[in-house]
Parts: sequence; C-alpha cells; structure tokens
Amino acid sequence: MDKIDLNLLYQIADLTDVPQGAYNIRKNGALSGRNNTSHIEIANKDDKTGIDIRIAPGTRGESVHIPVLITQSGLEETVYNDFFIGEGCDVDIIAGCGIHNDGHQRSQHDGIHTFHVGRGSKVRYSEKHYGDGKGTGERIMNPQTIIYLEEGASITLDMVQIRGVDSTKRYTKVVARGAGSEVVVQEKLLTDGKQFAESRMDVILEGEDSKAQVVSRSVGQGESVQVFYPQVEGNGRCFGHVQCDSIIMDSARISSIPAITANSMDAQLIHEAAIGRIAGDQIIKLMTLGLTEEEAEERILEGFLA
Amino acid sequence: MLEIKGLRYGVEQDSGAADILRGVTLTVPDGRFVVITGPNGGGKTTLAKTIMGINQPTGGTILWNGQDITGLSISQRAKLGISYGFQQPPRFKGLRVRDLLSLASGNEKLERGEACRYLTQVGLCAGDYIDREVDSSLSGGEVKRIEIATILARKSGLMIFDEPEAGIDLWSFARLTDTFRLLHRKRESTIIIISHQERIIDLADEIVMISNGVVTEQGPKEEIFPKIIANTTAGCSYMQEGSKNG
Repeated sequence: MDKIDLNLLYQIADLTDVPQGAYNIRKNGALSGRNNTSHIEIANKDDKTGIDIRIAPGTRGESVHIPVLITQSGLEETVYNDFFIGEGCDVDIIAGCGIHNDGHQRSQHDGIHTFHVGRGSKVRYSEKHYGDGKGTGERIMNPQTIIYLEEGASITLDMVQIRGVDSTKRYTKVVARGAGSEVVVQEKLLTDGKQFAESRMDVILEGEDSKAQVVSRSVGQGESVQVFYPQVEGNGRCFGHVQCDSIIMDSARISSIPAITANSMDAQLIHEAAIGRIAGDQIIKLMTLGLTEEEAEERILEGFLA
Repeated sequence: MLEIKGLRYGVEQDSGAADILRGVTLTVPDGRFVVITGPNGGGKTTLAKTIMGINQPTGGTILWNGQDITGLSISQRAKLGISYGFQQPPRFKGLRVRDLLSLASGNEKLERGEACRYLTQVGLCAGDYIDREVDSSLSGGEVKRIEIATILARKSGLMIFDEPEAGIDLWSFARLTDTFRLLHRKRESTIIIISHQERIIDLADEIVMISNGVVTEQGPKEEIFPKIIANTTAGCSYMQEGSKNG
C-alpha cells in the first residue's frame, strides 16, 4: 500500500496498517488483501461482485474490516456484501470507502450491504466515507444498507461523511422483525461546495418491544444541497424516536422530511427535526473564551458532528 | 485597573435613536470587588457587554491596565484577561461541560480533576456533569452554574458576572457566595458582579448604582446600600403602604 492508500485507510477506519482480525481490503475493483479467522469467513460471491461474510454463532469480541479504496479515476463499481451473523455474537464491523481522484473522470462506489443479525447478537457497524484528490472528476458514493434483526438482536450504525464526496444517495433499511430487537442509527454529514447528499431511511419495527433511535446531524455549507427522509414505521408494541438536526450555512439548502407511521395503537413514535444557523450567542460565548470567530465556528461544528 | 470614560451606547429603533449608556464613567482598581446594581433596563448588562466588546460603544473609551481597548474585538479582550459570564448563557449541542472548561482554561488537555474542581466551586456534583453536553437537557440553573465555572477556569484579571444568582437554588447560591468570597480574598482578579442580591452586595468593597444609562451612585457598600434600600421604598407607593400595614 502506498501513502495515498494508507491515508484513505486512516481516514475511513483510523488504521495505520492492515487491521487485526478478519479483513477484506478492496482496492480499485480488485482484492488487495484478506484474512479469515476461525470464527469469521469471507468468501467471494459466485453470481455477482462482492463478498459473503459469515460470522459463526457465539463469536464475541472480534472485528471485521472491509475497507474499499479507489485511487483510479474513472472506476465505477457496484459491490454486494452480505453479512450472516450467527446467534449470540458481539462484533464490530468496520466498513467505509475512500476515493482519491486526481483525474477528470468520475469515480463511483455503490456498496450494497445486507446484514442478517442472528438471535441475541450485538453488532456495531461503522461506515465512513471520505474523498480527496486534485482532479475535476467527481467522487460519488451511493451506499445501501439493509438490515434484518432477529429476536433480541441489536445493531448500532455509525455513518459518517465529512466533506470530499461530491454526490451521495444513501439508503438505509432496518427491519426489526424479532421481539426485543433494537437499532440505533447515528448519521453525521457535512457537505460543502456544490455537493449533494440524500439520505433515505426506512426503519420498520415489527417485533414486539422493538426499538429504534435515529439521530441525524448535518451541516450544509457553500452551495451544497441535502435532503433527508427518515421514516419509522411501527407495526406493534414498539418505540421509535427520530431526531434530525441540521446547521445551515452560506447558500446551502437543506430539506428534512421525517415521517412516522403507526399501524398499531401500541406503537409509540416520536420525531423531531430542526434546521437553523449557528446561534450568534454561541459564537460570542466562545469568543469571550479567547477563540476567534472562525475558531469558534469550527469548534461548534466539530462538537455538533462529534 | 479598569477605567471607563464617558462611555456611550445607542441603538436605532423605529421610534428613533435610543441611548442605553449615556456617558458612563467608572474606575475599578485592581483586586477590587464591585457590585453593579440598579433598576431593570438601566444599562447594567449593556455596560458589561460593552466592556467585553460584545457591543461597540458609540462614544467614550475603555482602558484596561492602561491600554485603550475600545476598538479591540471580543477575542482580543479575552486574551488580555477580560471575561464575562452571560446572564443567559447559550447552550451547545455536542459540546460537553468538559470541552467548555478546557476551552475556557486555554488548556485543551485540562486535567479532569481540575475541571471537576471548578464545578464543585459552583455547587455542581462534578462527576454527574463533566461529560454531559451543554444542551437543553440541562436546566437553566445548571447551565448558569456551568457558565460561572467557565469564568473561574479562565482565571482572568477581570471577571464580570451578570446576575450569577439568577435561576440558582438556595443551597447552590450559598456555595456560590462562598466561592466569590474566596476569590476576592485571593485578590488575584478584579471582580465586577451585576446583582440585586443582598448576600452578594454584602461581599462587595464598593457598590455602583446604574440607572437610566449613567452612574447615579458609587461608593463603599456601607454608604450606598442604605441609600438604595431607602430609595427603593420611597419610589414605590405600594411598598410604602405595605410597610405601614406591616
């Protein structure tokens, strides 16, 4: 791996070298490195591009890294990754995509991830998107994340995209079909320049006492455009809470269109959405602590997206 | 030493120009504890904000340690050792109490123990608050005490507190007055507190009364406080009636 690869890897997964445990590194449309462990097996798909990741029942304290690196301008790919997580697991899955585009052609990665989370399993999923490079070629990522939760299963999704990606259309679907299953989604997004970001989310609470907590925080700068459609549907006794907060700056445009649908009188669903500029008194307060106006603004955004 | 000379501040309104500060002149020597009091709308908060640089005056000068700071920005004044605790502090989604205290102290790696000490000084149980976000989950009184803790963390030469007692319960208020007393005893900072509270006024070396945009009284606490009480009663017929009935 060269310096550019290592930087991409660091940006999306905080890695300074190949990771410990199971991993599959995809670079410029090809396999760049893979490691299986006795509990985690990664194999190529037979019918289409992508991999199957099988995590044996009872696997605890292990992690899987599946970073995607693109440094070749003009590369466009759709990749299907399916995770089969057995019962009683407790694992971390670290995905993420970094595009370095120095050329003038568009580079695009569409990652379609499907998770089958077995009974009583606990998964923490992190997905960071990062783009850089001096070329005029666009950096595009359109991820889809589809999740099925069995009885007592839980997943925490940590999805971050801070600058660098010109266009993204994100779709996340969670079906909490098992009783007592639970999903927490934390989405953080910052767009600037002429970037565009759309995030659609369908969370379907089917299982008795299933729960969903969706927290989306975004910052729109420059002339960028953001659109959010978080949707939670409750089909039985369940609890769902959607919270969308956006800071709007410059000439950005942001739409936040949350929806909650109850198909049962036992569904308890809440949504909150707010869009606003940084409050002047917040900046003034930090300036009274010795920060300049620019430093104060930066610190407020950093905290908001932390 | 803080020297304010002929300070004026006005705003444009639909009904015409309104002067909020109409020539405030005031000198506060180093290490002095001054309480500014006076009727609502008299210009106390405007004066404090103008010293901090949040308002730009329309006339007059402000000198801090002999340096003319009238044209300096808020950040520049902060770096010269001026601090201001807001009457209604803002809340921050995503900034934790610990972050604010680190920023205030100017030390990004502020020790947890030290941060906790500032919270204890304002009557907050440090362990419960240090990692909390300064957002709407905190009550007004809690945010206010965190605000005061940030001023303590700054250890600046001039500390201005704007109605520190507002929204704070009696028990925490007692702790807070002790903190102000100790702060004053060390004489490391000049303290200006805008307050209407007798227990805070009682700590002061000097009282400054501001009304209608000017200093109307200034002097030692023993001299000014009885006048304020007498004036308050004299100015309100209801209170006079009440005292007769009582």
